[in-house]
Amino acid sequence: MHLHIVVCAGIAPDPLQTLEPVSGPSGPALKNEMMLPAVLDPWAASALYEAANLAARNPGSKVWLVSLGPKAKLQQVMMTVAQRVSFELVPIDGPIGGFGDAHTTAATLADAILAIPGLETSKLLLFGGWESATRGAGVTLQLIGERLGISDQFMGVDQIDMREDGSFLVLERVEGGKHQESVCVGTPAVLGWATGNLPEPRNNPQIGMANMRTIMPALQKAKPAPVAPSGLHYAAVSLPRQQRTSRVVKDMTPDEIARELVTWMGAE
Amino acid sequence: MMESILVLTHTDETGSALAKSSLEAITAGKELAASLSASLTIGIVAANPTAASSTLASTQARLIAVFGEAFAQPRYSTDAAACEALCRAAQPTLVLAPGSSRFARVAACVAHRIGGSIDTHVTALAVADTIQATRWFYRQRIEAVITRESRPWFLLLDAGTHPAFTGTPGAAQVEQIPVELPTIRTTVTGLRTPSQDQQTIRPDAKMLFVAGAGWTKKQPDGKIHSGEAGDLILGFLRNTSASLGSSKSLVDQGGEGQPVLPFLTHMNQVGQTGSTPRHAKGLSTCCHGEEPHVVGWRFIGDRRAISLDPNCGWTRGKADVVYIADAFQVIAKVNELLENGKG
Repeated sequence: MHLHIVVCAGIAPDPLQTLEPVSGPSGPALKNEMMLPAVLDPWAASALYEAANLAARNPGSKVWLVSLGPKAKLQQVMMTVAQRVSFELVPIDGPIGGFGDAHTTAATLADAILAIPGLETSKLLLFGGWESATRGAGVTLQLIGERLGISDQFMGVDQIDMREDGSFLVLERVEGGKHQESVCVGTPAVLGWATGNLPEPRNNPQIGMANMRTIMPALQKAKPAPVAPSGLHYAAVSLPRQQRTSRVVKDMTPDEIARELVTWMGAE
Repeated sequence: MMESILVLTHTDETGSALAKSSLEAITAGKELAASLSASLTIGIVAANPTAASSTLASTQARLIAVFGEAFAQPRYSTDAAACEALCRAAQPTLVLAPGSSRFARVAACVAHRIGGSIDTHVTALAVADTIQATRWFYRQRIEAVITRESRPWFLLLDAGTHPAFTGTPGAAQVEQIPVELPTIRTTVTGLRTPSQDQQTIRPDAKMLFVAGAGWTKKQPDGKIHSGEAGDLILGFLRNTSASLGSSKSLVDQGGEGQPVLPFLTHMNQVGQTGSTPRHAKGLSTCCHGEEPHVVGWRFIGDRRAISLDPNCGWTRGKADVVYIADAFQVIAKVNELLENGKG
C-alpha cells in the first residue's frame, strides 16, 4: 500500500529555555525569540517518527514534512531532524511563535499541502502533533483537515496499525488514562499524534546527507507567507506571578517526614 | 452586540448522564449569560438525551439535542455533524464547550464550518468592555488574556476550571434537531482500559503523585531497586487513591533499555510533552527538576517534594515544602502508617 504521509510540524523554543513575553510591533512575542535555540515541536516530532516508521513498513510510501517558520530557524532545526528519518521538506517562510492565529496558519498550511507536486489526497495521511508546544491550541491540524475535506480525524493518537485491506486501527487518548479504539476504512485521514510508542531515532549522518540534498534547495525556494492575526487580540500577556516560599526540611527523619505527610494528606 | 450563548454538551461513557466536563461548561455558560444578560441554549449530543435533559431542567435554558445510536460513541464525522446542526439551530454568537477528548476532536471543524473562530484550553472567562478569555501559551509557561470581535466565537474550557452544575432534576422539554448523517467510515470498537492494578491515572483524585527517574537509579548500596520502587509506588497509590504522574525521563527509560516501572506509560507523563493535570495536592518524589517538570505542576494546589538534592533548582519557589530525604524510606513508612491506620 502506497501511503502519502504529510507531517505538519512547527518549531518551538527548546523546552529548557527561559521564556519572557514582550510586546512586538504585531502583538506579543518572546524576548530574543530568534536567538533562542529551537527544536521540532515535540508532539509533531513523534508524528514524524511514526510517519517514517509507517512509510518504511509500506514500501512505495512517501513522507513530506511541512513546516512554517523563519527560514534561518527552519534550517537550524533541520540540521538535527534531517539526521533522524527520511522526508522531503516543504518549508514555508513565515513568522515564528505561538501568538499567531491558528485559523490563518491552517489556511497557509492547507494551501502549501495542496500545492505539493505528486501528492494524491486519496492516499493521504495528514499527521501532526495533537497540540503544539507553542500555541498549544490543538486545532490547526483539524482546520487543515477540514479545508482538505477529510472527514475522518483522530486526536491524541498513540498507535496506528495498517491492515492489508487498507483499513487501519487507531488508538486515541481519552479521559482517565484510557484509549479509544477505532477502525477506519482507509485513507484519507488526519491523525494528531500524542507521544506514540517509538523512541527518538538515533542520528544517522547518511540519512542526514541524503535529506539535506533536497532540504537546502527547498529552503532557498521557500515562499514567504506572512501569517497575520485574524481578529485575535491580546489584552494581557504575562508570566505566572505565583512564586512560593519553599520550606526546605533537612533535619527530619524519614519517620517524622512520613507522619507529617500522612497528616498533610488527610487534611482538607 | 447582544450575545447569545450555546453550551455544547455530551454524555459520558454510560451514554445517559452528562459528562462532568459538560456540567462544568454549563456552569460557565450560566455565569456568562448572567453577566451579559444573554440568552442561553444548551445543546446535547447523546444516544438518548432524556436523563441529560432532566438534569438540566432547572437551568431555564432552551434545550436542543441531536440524538440517536450514531451519536452514542465519540467519532469525528458524526460528532461534527451533530455539533454543526446544533450551532445552526441555535445561531449563537458564543459557543462554550468542554475541552473533553470528544469535543476537542471536532470543535475546530465545527467553528470552521459555521464561519467562526475558536480558542481552546480556556481557564477563565471575564466580562469587561469585551469578553475576555484566559489561556496559557508555551505549555503553561505564559498566561494571556485574549479577546475576539468576530462571531461566532468558540471557547473550549479546560476541565476543573468551573464547578460542575448541579440542579434539581425535573421534566424538561427538548427540541430534537434533525441532522443529516455523513458517510460513516470509522467504527469505534471500544475502549482499552488498563487493568485495575495498572489504572494509575485518576483525574478526579485529590492528589497527584509524581515519580521521577531517581526511583530507578542506583541506591546507596550501589544497586538498582526498580522492583521495590514499583511496589512502594503502587502501595502508595492503593493507600491514597492518588493519581500517578511521571517525569519524561522515567517514562523514556523503557525505550532505552533501562530499568522501568512496568505500570508507567507516556500517558502518565506530566510536563512539556505530557499533561498538566489539576489536583488539590501534589507530592513529587525523586524528580530532578527542570522547567518541564514545573510545567506539569502548574495546576497543582498544594505541592510537596521529596528529594535527595538540597540544591534542586526547580523546587525552590515551586514547591511549598521540600523534604531532603530518601523517598524509598519515606514512602515505605508512609505506606506502613496508612496500612496500619495510624495516620
